[in-house]
Amino acid sequence: MRFKKDMDFVHLSKYFFIFSIVITVLGVIFLGFMGLNYSVDFKAGSNVDVSLSKNITQEQLQPALDSLGLSHEPNITIGDKRVNIRYDEELDNEQSAALKTAITKLDDKASFEVNTVDPEMAKELARNAIYSVLLSSLGIIVYVSIRFEWRFAVAAIVALLHDAFMVVAIFSIFRLEVDLTFIVAVLTIIGYSINDTIVIFDRIRENLRFGKQKSYEDLKALVNKSVSQTLMRSLYTAFTVFIAAFFLLILGGESIKMFSLAMVIGLLFGAYSSIFIASPLWLLLKKRQKVAVKNNPAKA
Amino acid sequence: MKRLLSFIITVLVLTGVMAFTTPGLLDRVRLGLDLKGGFEILYHAEPMETGGTLTRASLQKTAESLEKRANALGTSEPEVTTEGTDRIRLKIAGVTDEAEVRKKMKEPAVLTFRSAAEGDATGVYSKIELVGSDFVENAAEVQRNNLNQPEISITVKDKKKFAEITERLLGKELAIYLDDQLLGNPPVVRAVLTDGKASISGNYTIDEARALADTINLGALPLKLTEKYSQSVGATLGKQSLDQTITAGLVGSLIILIFMMAMYRLPGVLASFALILHTWLLILVFVIADFTLTLPGIAAFILGIGMAVDANIITNERIREEMRSGKSILSSVKAGNKTSFRTVMDANVTTIIVAAVMFAFGTGAVKGFALILIVEIVLSIATNLYFAHWLLTVLVKAGTLKKPKQFGVKESDIRAL
Repeated sequence: MRFKKDMDFVHLSKYFFIFSIVITVLGVIFLGFMGLNYSVDFKAGSNVDVSLSKNITQEQLQPALDSLGLSHEPNITIGDKRVNIRYDEELDNEQSAALKTAITKLDDKASFEVNTVDPEMAKELARNAIYSVLLSSLGIIVYVSIRFEWRFAVAAIVALLHDAFMVVAIFSIFRLEVDLTFIVAVLTIIGYSINDTIVIFDRIRENLRFGKQKSYEDLKALVNKSVSQTLMRSLYTAFTVFIAAFFLLILGGESIKMFSLAMVIGLLFGAYSSIFIASPLWLLLKKRQKVAVKNNPAKA
Repeated sequence: MKRLLSFIITVLVLTGVMAFTTPGLLDRVRLGLDLKGGFEILYHAEPMETGGTLTRASLQKTAESLEKRANALGTSEPEVTTEGTDRIRLKIAGVTDEAEVRKKMKEPAVLTFRSAAEGDATGVYSKIELVGSDFVENAAEVQRNNLNQPEISITVKDKKKFAEITERLLGKELAIYLDDQLLGNPPVVRAVLTDGKASISGNYTIDEARALADTINLGALPLKLTEKYSQSVGATLGKQSLDQTITAGLVGSLIILIFMMAMYRLPGVLASFALILHTWLLILVFVIADFTLTLPGIAAFILGIGMAVDANIITNERIREEMRSGKSILSSVKAGNKTSFRTVMDANVTTIIVAAVMFAFGTGAVKGFALILIVEIVLSIATNLYFAHWLLTVLVKAGTLKKPKQFGVKESDIRAL
């Protein structure tokens, strides 16, 4: 399958810029006012995940929970053969053992996952992840500036941060739960996003070698051509990685559901930003250079 | 013919090796607790006394001590690692009684000999004369005294010091504490002990005495530990996560392979072979380097597969492009391999940079994720770039691949030169 005529991605990107900006603003508002829906990983407390051989109802469960005599009501989510109980306070050994015994009475095949967390740990992990993202951005800027030019580096970083932020924003807007695996998912997305963007930039760089681009129109045509040439590859790659993440989402089980969901969202944004954000942004940066050259021929 | 033969032999041998070794390798992959069930605690270590210092050596010593305790529980392969400057991570697989583990780990077993200080009420001994580190390691042993009563004998490191203490306390009581628990009735010092041996007697049965000696021998933890994080995963739940993830992975991979073959025909088959080889090598690295597979590891795995597929797609798209421009098959493959190589390297190097930074900065899950990603990219370059290129070139040179159709390119798309 081929496109007979190059599509005008640069023109289209105007609308996508607006789209991204809208989501970014929404994301900032939601993050500012509502924050993220942190899982127990980021709060002090205990999280009990129970896998059951049959479904039980809240009514059946309640007496078991009451018997613990904890002052705070736990937050209970009942799923298919699955129950999640979250306490804001940390359960001690006896309490968690008592809870297990009580639930095992309801279903002797119950299997438990109990996480007790000091929120400092999760915060530290998140902080380190943010440092990693910033520092690796720096590394990418250096590498891409050497291999390409600084404009590519800046555009790639914007696309990368855009993708990471989009996922965070979507999770904030839809109040999806953010746990430790979410951090790993965001890092994965960054890895994928940069990979995807570089491939298109590589093509732009290659096409730049053929002939001189005298005007903005030439450059625009070049970007459109480069994106078109790599479009099939972008779509195929996005499709294959998406398939992997998608099956992980629907078949991969409860414990990595949020991870897979973040991946699926992030991968879509990764492919989208490489085409509609990164390349047009490079063009915008390049255009300035052209204008400067025109106004100031002595420097050319 | 020779080329074709070397191609066939390579593929057959590799297929044979993979088919033969895979089940064994899979069994030997070490699974994280999230996938097989178990118990994990992350401790934060502090010096026992405020103002004390925390050294690398004391942290190491504490970790070793924890490991001994875990081993004493009879669990299989406890994993105790130090992290950063003040953390110890303990992982025990297949534990059913967490409370027991916690208790054993925490059981500080600080052995102290104390005497009554001035102003102490009767039965209170607040002056610490000797602490755990004053005794010879593993010195506690069970003996029987003259009355055939079991008692525990301990050797003191500094005989002079002990002699001095016993001399000073002659006729007074020297209480023996394990933590804050007084052991037996405080014995009265009856003679100056110069041989550096102290004994604890009480109405112990032989088993009680042995248990006590063991606890003393495990020694005090040099550092104070507080739990920062704990995770316990039921074996069934872990197994369920693993099974589900593997099913998801297999279904996803299968669709990707079918897609590659349908889209790129014979080169797609070669690419699929390279992908399978890539996966096999990754499992091999896991086993050889003794990595632990965890859920975040699976994430890195998926990203790596995605990038490996990407490398193949880039190459094959490029070759098709060259063919459409009217080049011969051989020069299309050559040019396609060459130009795509640069692209794929750039893309992979940037991802390695990201992963390397994560590895340097990250802890726990993030570090593992980054490490696996780096390994995968390196493997992917070897298999999906070099090896896949080689396979393709051999087939083209051998004359097996000579029709554009075999690359999924329509004749009508090819531009005349």
